[in-house]
Amino acid sequence: MIQALAFYMFALITVASAVMVISARNPVHSVLFLILAFFNAAGLFVLLGAEFLAMILVLVYVGAVAVLFLFVVMMLDINFVELRQGFLQYLPLGGIIGLLMLAELLVVVVGPALTPLAAAGGSALAPPAALTNTEALGVLIYTHYIYLFQAAGMILLVAMIGAIVLTHRTRKGVRKQRIADQIARRAEETIELVKVEPGKGI
Amino acid sequence: MFEIGLSHYLSVAAILFTLGILGIFINRKNVIVILMSVELMLLAVNINLVAFSSHLNDMVGQVFAMFVLTVAAAEAAIGLAILMVYFRNRGSIAVEDINMMKG
Repeated sequence: MIQALAFYMFALITVASAVMVISARNPVHSVLFLILAFFNAAGLFVLLGAEFLAMILVLVYVGAVAVLFLFVVMMLDINFVELRQGFLQYLPLGGIIGLLMLAELLVVVVGPALTPLAAAGGSALAPPAALTNTEALGVLIYTHYIYLFQAAGMILLVAMIGAIVLTHRTRKGVRKQRIADQIARRAEETIELVKVEPGKGI
Repeated sequence: MFEIGLSHYLSVAAILFTLGILGIFINRKNVIVILMSVELMLLAVNINLVAFSSHLNDMVGQVFAMFVLTVAAAEAAIGLAILMVYFRNRGSIAVEDINMMKG
């Protein structure tokens, strides 16, 4: 009962904030509603028994991705009113395609096609019940999926380097310390001794 | 109604995915909101994976959801970096203006 209530609360808030993400006038509000949607999806994950993924979702999405979006939205100086034009123009087409898509997905979901799957039961890789969710996930990703796990790390590394390379620029007129030049300076090429005769200038 | 099963979670995921598609269609001019819609669609996929993982009592679904999360984070980082470079070059992020490569 409480689980059902929690599910409906999380699901409703997730869907409502998703609606607000795509329809909010101000992109900053969109990002904030995206954060709300991710928090409630994390709640859904907890209800499903995937606590580790729920925490990862909060950490990665709310802590990194959403804040990244927020920074980019705030850094770009854009006339967002101009970008909103055509919102109603595209709404009928998008609505029709969206409704078709939703109808097809829901036919798959609530249709009778799912019943044989429910009887299939778990696979051979089902973890023993004594393990917590995090432990079970760790046992899997550090044994069977170690190469994929390493590949995921490589993808993140490449993404990080790519983002830095893309956004890095050498600006003109910035004074920087060039240590190599400083060390290479010699006293004889910097200091000049001039013999000044009395009564005369240089 | 009060028995929450697999189909409830799949319905939520389907609605979220559809909202992501709708967001791409109705925000044709704003790349940032399109990227956010893509994130919503990936979230829907993750809910599907975790729901099936919990239903079938098979942890592999959650492992896969974690990899999807990784790729989504990388995609957001690269996408926003490209957006920054594009804005620096053109002074706008309107999708219609992205035609320099005549693709």
